[in-house]
Amino acid sequence: MGPGGRTATAETPRTAEANRAVVSIEDYGTYETAWCPGCGNFPLLKAVKEALAASGLAPHQVLFVSGIGQAAKAPHYLNANLFNGLHGRAVPAATGAKLANRELTVIVESGDGCNYGEGGNHFLAALRRNIDLTMLVHDNRIYGLTKGQPSPTTDRGFVAKTQPAGTASDSFNPLAVAIAMHCGFVARGYVGMAAHLADLIRQGIAHRGLALIDILQPCVTFNKVNTHAWYRERCYELPDDYDPTDWHAAMDKSLEWGERIPVGVLYRAESAAEYVPAAVEGGGSSPELIGYAALTC
Amino acid sequence: MRNALNIVLGGEAGQGLVTVGHLLAKSLVRGGYSICVTQSYQSRIRGGHNTFAIRVSPDDVQAPCEAIDVLAGLDAPTVTLHESELSPDGMVIVDEAVKADCAKCVPVPFRELATGIYVNTAALGVVAQVLGLDLAVVRQVMLEAFGKKVETVAENEKALEAATKWAAENVAATRPLPPAPARSARLMMTGNDALAFGAASAGLRFCAFYPMTPSTSIPTTLAGWGESLGIVVEQAEDEIAAINMALGASYAGAPSLVTTSGGGFALMVEGVSLAGMTETPVVIVVGQRPGPATGLPTRTEQADLEFVLHAGHGEFPRAIFAPGSVEECFHLSRRAFELAERCQSPVFLLTDQFLADSYRAVEPFAIEGLPQVRPWEEAPAVKGPYRRYAITSDGVSPRLLPGGSEHLVVVDSDEHDEVGHITEDLTLRKAMVEKRLRKLEGMRGEVVPPEHTGDGDPELLLVCWGSTKGSVVEAAEMLRADARRVGVLHFSQVWPLVPEQFMGLLHKAREVVSVEGNAFGQFARLLRRETGFEVHRQVLRYDGLPHTPESVVRGSRG
Repeated sequence: MGPGGRTATAETPRTAEANRAVVSIEDYGTYETAWCPGCGNFPLLKAVKEALAASGLAPHQVLFVSGIGQAAKAPHYLNANLFNGLHGRAVPAATGAKLANRELTVIVESGDGCNYGEGGNHFLAALRRNIDLTMLVHDNRIYGLTKGQPSPTTDRGFVAKTQPAGTASDSFNPLAVAIAMHCGFVARGYVGMAAHLADLIRQGIAHRGLALIDILQPCVTFNKVNTHAWYRERCYELPDDYDPTDWHAAMDKSLEWGERIPVGVLYRAESAAEYVPAAVEGGGSSPELIGYAALTC
Repeated sequence: MRNALNIVLGGEAGQGLVTVGHLLAKSLVRGGYSICVTQSYQSRIRGGHNTFAIRVSPDDVQAPCEAIDVLAGLDAPTVTLHESELSPDGMVIVDEAVKADCAKCVPVPFRELATGIYVNTAALGVVAQVLGLDLAVVRQVMLEAFGKKVETVAENEKALEAATKWAAENVAATRPLPPAPARSARLMMTGNDALAFGAASAGLRFCAFYPMTPSTSIPTTLAGWGESLGIVVEQAEDEIAAINMALGASYAGAPSLVTTSGGGFALMVEGVSLAGMTETPVVIVVGQRPGPATGLPTRTEQADLEFVLHAGHGEFPRAIFAPGSVEECFHLSRRAFELAERCQSPVFLLTDQFLADSYRAVEPFAIEGLPQVRPWEEAPAVKGPYRRYAITSDGVSPRLLPGGSEHLVVVDSDEHDEVGHITEDLTLRKAMVEKRLRKLEGMRGEVVPPEHTGDGDPELLLVCWGSTKGSVVEAAEMLRADARRVGVLHFSQVWPLVPEQFMGLLHKAREVVSVEGNAFGQFARLLRRETGFEVHRQVLRYDGLPHTPESVVRGSRG
């Protein structure tokens, strides 16, 4: 396979039709977790399993790559291949794995601190590189595992023990950044809208190229502001007549936050060039092919 | 000193110095000579003062030297900075426009012989004539380099002819090289070329890097071969990404490489620890340059041994190779990939700017039928969970690839159970630490022993590692002229150390002197820590330049 891009379609069947009939949510298993009762991770994990089953993917065809945090533990609680790496570094590890084996469906699953804080540079690079990864970002707008420090998506003014006078920085808007950089699939889900979330994840997996799904969830222990009640009052599904291919409208929509929070596919590019370098599996690999001519005197 | 000439070309960055140097070196190698090139350049794209030094001999030559026999300069600083380094019968070929005033100067009317960029070719012609090279060889090498554009070829040929004719008629004091033996075709390559070549021959499939001198020429070379060999070369957004990409690719089945230097490696350190914990093979090239921090970005040093040895939190096995020649770069690069895959661990290739950029003539490697690493095993037919971290007697667990079968492959940077899932079972934790460390025993079993050359029962034993080898071996020859028995012990693998391989010799030698390119004497410290043996004296260099036979002799005589 040569270098260069290829045109993506909105959705491409990823697996053999035969799998569709035989994969079920039970194939992905049920495990005991290390999460607090009522954690937003529970419905999120269920939505992920539903999306995988709906995609017709068998566990061995899927690779999860996660970082560190309560969100990054999620793939331990289902059946799939897993590379649970370092805090903030899930995206580059996933990039390497995907470049090494293009047959794998590669899903990055980590939290807002991991992906937007520690891994911020990788997030920007992933948007530019547009490799075929699905990023599931558990966004509870707080650092949970380290007990309640503000994260990149925490709102200004949020009072924490480490920021007793209130968080002094504005919150990071991942969707606006992704849309600004023409990421081909940019969506927001909410764990309180379970069926809708599962379908968003299914669509993200089907998208060829980088798909970002920022998933709103409460942290029942450390975030007493962005609670289920808070989200339920505000989150609304994007209407049927919303056109996710209109970049300017999507940019505007990504800025909507506060009284009303739009949920769904905010932006979708009809044809984004997916990054495909010279393939690992391609070409002859005998050392005799190496340029002896260039080195011979 | 050996039967060798030291030719130094000097000029500003951007003047075409490296191009001329490369053509001259290639002409010499094709003519049957051996070379050792030292490239000294400043951290800038234009201007400044750079040199391209070629030590040339009909015999084997593996070291630079300080005394200059032929100095060719296109600018004034070449003369003023290096005039004092001329050997007693050294000469200076200099552009007459520079108006250098020195007894040994031969002013050349370069602007009459050629115009514009072709002045470089004229300089090549004058030097070739002074050395008595076969001009047909020089012409052929030049045509191969510039042979694509008709106009360029004509101008270059004109400049070369005018320059050689002028030199034949006007330069009385020539420095003809002794005749070289007839040889079959050899390769001309740098340490970095050989590392890339070894990696590709070993089955490399993925290289990630962030540009950093002096390592960048490795991915550059690999990228040129990449498509035909099925190697992905990925420029990462930073070094942290580079090593994490390599680990992801390696996990998925691609033998992987990262290349960097000290500062970039500092960013990779957490990834080294991840490789240790997840037991993911990766080869890491650290081309050393002087630190701390940005240091001297384009010069050489051997000051990152302790850093590389200790990089990464927690305890896990690693191996560190330190090639002493271009040939060793090739062979140890292959060995690094084999060891990384076999022990499922990070393995280091520790070089430096001097060796990375040093062109040498090498015999073609016998690459026919060399095995390539295969990073996985056939999936067992048995049902039940695959245990990526199955506890085994040698610590190495059978490795499958994700997606390669219905077995799931789970790896974790947290402490994990045998399947790979996160655990806080402290009994299991202890067993996993011991499993990982058992791999170190396997590594010890295949350590490359240090190479002992020179006298077997030495009064003076010179201990060195990595790129200083050539200079130390030649220094030993010079010191033998003092009627002393002198031996050299060169370590091309600096970790793990196996004392049984060398302690006998250390105890037998009357005086043991270590030679290193750093200020702490890091290898001597390591030796003391591991064996209790204290070297008697240290010859240390940390001015940004490589050790030379002269610097080693000066230091060894005390």
